[in-house]
Amino acid sequence: MRQALSQARYGIAAVVAVVALFAVGIATDPNLTFRIYYSMSFIVLAAIGLAIIFGIMGVINLAHGEFILVGAYATTLLAVQVGLPLPVAMLAGALVTAVFGIIVERVIISGFVINWISQRTVGRDIIKPFYDRLADSMVATFGLSLIMVQGARIVFGNSIDQIGVPFGSTSGYPDYRIALVGITAGVLVLVYLLFTQTTFGTRVRATMQDEETAKALGIDTERTYMLTFAIGSGLAGFTGALFAPLLSMQPSIGDQFLVEAFVAVVVGGASVVVGTSLSSLLLGPIDALFSDEFGEFAGRIALLVAAMLALRFLPGGITGVVDDLRDRLEGES
Amino acid sequence: MAADSSAADGTASPSPISRLRNRLEGPNTIGNSRRFWVGLALAVVALIAFPIVGGGTGNQFSLFLVLGLLGLSLSLVWGYAGILSFGQTVFFGVGAYTFGVVSINFPTPGGITGGVIAGTLAGAVVAALLGYFMFYGGVRDVYVTIITLVSTLVMLTFMAQTAGSEWTIGEAALGGFNGMPGMPLLNLGIEGIFTFQFVFNDLALYLPLVGPFEIDPFYYLSLTLLLAAYLGLRVLVNMDFGRVLVAIREDEDRTMMFGYDVKRAKLIAFTLGGGLAGLAGVLYAARNVYIDPSVFELYFATLPVVWISVGGRKSLLGAVAATISVEYLRLNIGGEMALVAVGALLLLSILVLPGGVVPWIDGRGLPWLKQDAIPWLRDDSIPWVKSKVGIAPESEATES
Repeated sequence: MRQALSQARYGIAAVVAVVALFAVGIATDPNLTFRIYYSMSFIVLAAIGLAIIFGIMGVINLAHGEFILVGAYATTLLAVQVGLPLPVAMLAGALVTAVFGIIVERVIISGFVINWISQRTVGRDIIKPFYDRLADSMVATFGLSLIMVQGARIVFGNSIDQIGVPFGSTSGYPDYRIALVGITAGVLVLVYLLFTQTTFGTRVRATMQDEETAKALGIDTERTYMLTFAIGSGLAGFTGALFAPLLSMQPSIGDQFLVEAFVAVVVGGASVVVGTSLSSLLLGPIDALFSDEFGEFAGRIALLVAAMLALRFLPGGITGVVDDLRDRLEGES
Repeated sequence: MAADSSAADGTASPSPISRLRNRLEGPNTIGNSRRFWVGLALAVVALIAFPIVGGGTGNQFSLFLVLGLLGLSLSLVWGYAGILSFGQTVFFGVGAYTFGVVSINFPTPGGITGGVIAGTLAGAVVAALLGYFMFYGGVRDVYVTIITLVSTLVMLTFMAQTAGSEWTIGEAALGGFNGMPGMPLLNLGIEGIFTFQFVFNDLALYLPLVGPFEIDPFYYLSLTLLLAAYLGLRVLVNMDFGRVLVAIREDEDRTMMFGYDVKRAKLIAFTLGGGLAGLAGVLYAARNVYIDPSVFELYFATLPVVWISVGGRKSLLGAVAATISVEYLRLNIGGEMALVAVGALLLLSILVLPGGVVPWIDGRGLPWLKQDAIPWLRDDSIPWVKSKVGIAPESEATES
């Protein structure tokens, strides 16, 4: 109980600090402040699906950008062709991607479907699951991403009609981007609650820490992995849905998220919510300031340099630092 | 290793061929038998004769040989040192651009030769810099992969915005997305002593039985370099250094505990791989007389990973064979299905044969390749290779 309270205390302190900085920023330079906060939410949204799948399953999903593509395309098609209201289309886009994620997990990542067939034809498994096989999972998901990008190009052509940007703008900055910042905060809170406050979250963390013991205690780890992958891909799809009105709908849309997503995961470390949100707090301003000052290229270079420095000096990522700090503070009190 | 000791105190005076084979063979490479070398010699003869017999000049096929060098560079870095790098094309592109800049500024045979060397060195230097910051910075495993992946995207963003006139080095404009045209033709040598133009210089020759035919010198240049790189890397990975690399691949911490300088070994392998990729880039640019930022695209960056995964990452031979066949396939399928085919091939190969095709074939031991099938190909029937019998067959690539 005491630990929970102290944890909540740090959380609240962090939120207060972010909000206070936001207020100060608005008062001094609203445009740059919006730019920084938008940059932070872009990084969080780009990374969160990847971070969940990487942190919990030990699978590096190089098709992450293409999961975003699925969400963006589904949303756009549902909104433009079918005529669903935008929020409904966005949720549907996320759902479509989650279902797609389950299929990918069952067929490729766990090999369940293929092994089910091969058990009945050849009489043995022909695929070893990709859990915790980092390099192999990268290669496999890259193959998947090639097929998906080119498949989207063959089916939908080089671009599809886009959704118009909703809302107007405040002091020269689009309202929709400001809304995105709020939605991002909401997503983070929901993911945090899901993984810390629910039975499912406990099962997931147990599976992540020690698969064998979790299995022995009666947790269906197969199912946990499948649902985790579904949640990760659903969030990637939701990211695509949210950015659908802002980006031109091309099959290569996923590439725009890759650098930010990977850098955020590298800098963040093992913990999904704390790591991703703190690394976005660090990387967002770097990206925004350098991009504003010297162009997009400088922003990316700065991100890369920041990632290298972070890896050099914080081997456990930001998560490692937070753990250290907490241990020290709690050890003293 | 047993092979070493038996080779050292075996026959009193090993013949030169035996000594050469001792250097080229070992547990780290596939093909440690007389039948393999006969097969390789046949393959090389076939490649030499291919343009003559098949018509044409081998001009198109030389592209595959150049990319074979790129494949070999990743085989060394990933297959032997265990560093999965998406950055080989960064070094490839840097080599190509360096060659372009140097050769445009010094369009004489000496300058162009210097460009080839500079391009190769530039690939190695960039790899060494990136590798130094990564390996000595404590970056390991999958994070190395991610950083190399990000670095190709950064290079793409960088080269794409170099369209302006401020991005001109001497006479050479980098040219943004439009690329860098107008490179001089690959004319190697030193003025006044000996020079030879390798591209767009089909030689008309005549052979008594074949009749007149034309050959493309560039094809034979790339074939020679590829063969040299293959044999050179075989020597390297069968040296003590190669054994250290394999040890790092299998268990990095344990190798460090044994007192090996893991970081230095990885840096050396990464630098060598970068140099080889740089050389491939130079040849690529020289062959096309043109280079553009598409070599830094994510798609191109992952092609080497595809080749190596399909061919078998722990096998240099697999790297070359798979590079040539996958590229041949990719260009011949063509059109919009090419990417889908490449993706499906990659997915299938990593799902079903995670070890790759060539080690799989080697592990199964095709019946007609069995040692006893053809008597004169049996190693133990040859006196000067008696000492090699001690080598254990490669059986670690067991499928499970």
